[in-house]
Amino acid sequence: MTAASIDQVFVNAKQALLSLLPETLRPGLSMAINAAAILGTFALLFAVATLLERKGLGRIQNRYGPNRVGPFGVLQPVADGLKMLIKEDILPRQADRVVHFLAPIALVLSVLLAYAVLPFGRNMAPIDLDAGVLYFFAASAATELGVFMAGWASRSKYSLLGAMRGIAQMISYELPLVLSTLGVIMVTGSLSLVEIAERQAPPAGAILGRWFVFTPWGLAGFLLFMTAAVAEANRAPFDLPEGESEIIAGHMVEYSGFKYALFFMGEYLGMFAASGLAITLFLGGYHAPFAFLGWAPSWFWFFAKLLALLAVFIWLRGTLPRLRQDQLMNFAWKWLLPMSLVNLVAAGVWSYSAAWTLPGAGFVRWASCAGLLILPALWLSRGWRARVGPRVYRYA
Amino acid sequence: MNPVFFILAVVTLAGALGAVALRNMVHCALCLAVTFIGIAALFLHQGAQFAGLVQVLVYVGAVAVLIVFAILLTRSGDARKGVAVFSRSWKTGLLTAAATLATLVAAIVNSPGLLREAPRAPELSVRQIGLDLMSQWLLPLEILGLLLTATMIGAVILAMPEKPSGEPAPGPEKGARP
Amino acid sequence: MTPLPYWLILSSILFAIGLAGCLVRRNAIMVLIGIELMLNAANLNFIAFWRYGSGAEAAHGIMFVLFAIAIAAAETAVGLALVIALYRLRRTVQVDEADALKADDKPR
Repeated sequence: MTAASIDQVFVNAKQALLSLLPETLRPGLSMAINAAAILGTFALLFAVATLLERKGLGRIQNRYGPNRVGPFGVLQPVADGLKMLIKEDILPRQADRVVHFLAPIALVLSVLLAYAVLPFGRNMAPIDLDAGVLYFFAASAATELGVFMAGWASRSKYSLLGAMRGIAQMISYELPLVLSTLGVIMVTGSLSLVEIAERQAPPAGAILGRWFVFTPWGLAGFLLFMTAAVAEANRAPFDLPEGESEIIAGHMVEYSGFKYALFFMGEYLGMFAASGLAITLFLGGYHAPFAFLGWAPSWFWFFAKLLALLAVFIWLRGTLPRLRQDQLMNFAWKWLLPMSLVNLVAAGVWSYSAAWTLPGAGFVRWASCAGLLILPALWLSRGWRARVGPRVYRYA
Repeated sequence: MNPVFFILAVVTLAGALGAVALRNMVHCALCLAVTFIGIAALFLHQGAQFAGLVQVLVYVGAVAVLIVFAILLTRSGDARKGVAVFSRSWKTGLLTAAATLATLVAAIVNSPGLLREAPRAPELSVRQIGLDLMSQWLLPLEILGLLLTATMIGAVILAMPEKPSGEPAPGPEKGARP
Repeated sequence: MTPLPYWLILSSILFAIGLAGCLVRRNAIMVLIGIELMLNAANLNFIAFWRYGSGAEAAHGIMFVLFAIAIAAAETAVGLALVIALYRLRRTVQVDEADALKADDKPR
């Protein structure tokens, strides 16, 4: 088998499967195959991710992590899944039955819908939508409502507090999340994720790919995007909505069994989807980092990058302490939001300075864009040391 | 009548009825979200992809969430027994709405010019919409930007707790988003 | 394809429901919900007329809807801020109880 045929193995397999069927059924069945493939792949990845996360956190905290089920604990996700499935489904007496039931479904469904536009490999985007980025954000917009439904329907103080925190946080971080993607959209002039990924292919003859993360505004955009994505996914250090030490599990307190598993899955799937978008927008999509690595299939690179970002998520969770609510809000509105607007200006400067031909223009272009980003960042972070520096606990 | 249209219309109208008639206001807000999604689906069914996606993003992602937030902040969510949900003049209101509906429907039914075939679906790319926004519709767009900025500042000031003069007002913790 | 009058009747019903909600409910947030429904009905009409109108100036209906959505969002933000300010002042959001012009009046 040649490299190209391995690259397209899933596409060809789907075509072969479809060709067995009558013409009229094909469009619908094509969608069904896509949906089944996404569900299967990412459910499996979810199981692997829970294991990796527990193992990784264990190592960071100087312990073993799960190591009882199967060799090195690799069967732990199976045990967890079985436990979740056969646990009793508890419904609080005061709870709003219908909304309580619908909340996890709404959450998972809206997260899953976002996967429809991500290009997982060459020719492997389920739908190549003209407005792909917009669709992604629109589809994941309903997660906030899912969180609210869960928190409100449980009729528990902790749930409601968690939901309020969750919604406030998701609304606040959605702005920098969307704004940080605008630089890429501005430079490529397209909302289609497939086209954005294609624009980052290594140019003919060059060794390094043209990933947007290798430009000053791209790097800043990537960092802003990932920060906002961590907050959107309610992950540590932004996991206040479910802060265990204060409100137990936030909006999920009153959920057990399979419904709780759905919430858990929604969190991880949201994380994967945000990582997938970050990969497509900033990290070159399904392209290999170097031209001489192009023999490996495109889907391999996508999932390799996804796992790398997952490692970053785990690493952040293991090493950073949880923020306070006011710090969280101030960070979003007073730092991330202005910085993402500044980044938009930097992307504009970068895109218009592409025509500079004077000697040394490349360096000036780099330096001016980087300066445009670093100076406001320093100015916005003034006085941080006093606010978040080491504190003296007088009675502790 | 197209079955897709029929299903979407039924869902949208059921959501709208629930949004205005249910006792519990949180249920109303959730029904409203269903209506918004139904309308977005109707936009998509019409071939207005961009408008449909913006509808979901703004209405479901922002407006519905703002409304549930306001419901929680004003403690309207727990429908207490004995508190009237409908106003005293609800009969007049219902009559007005029915009269409006009758007028509109009569006007629509008596307009034979409306019964024409749709031209083929217009090919409208996102790029075209963007170019139009930046050329033909530039002035409205700028005015809209000004309006949204003013709205954001206004909403923050309105929702800011009033402090007696002399004390420095605390920064807005939850900025309302336009 | 569904004929144009069906779309118009659908949006009329939606508009009437919104109007009814606006007029019969006591809670100020419900009034806002009614207004949202009416705005959405109008948007539905814009899209329907765009689709069934002459195709030459294709984008106009879409543009109107985009601007209407943005303005509706702004209106909701200010409206809800007003409702919250009202609640803070009077401890009520029932529109028929907010009938005093002086702020320090005790609610009856």
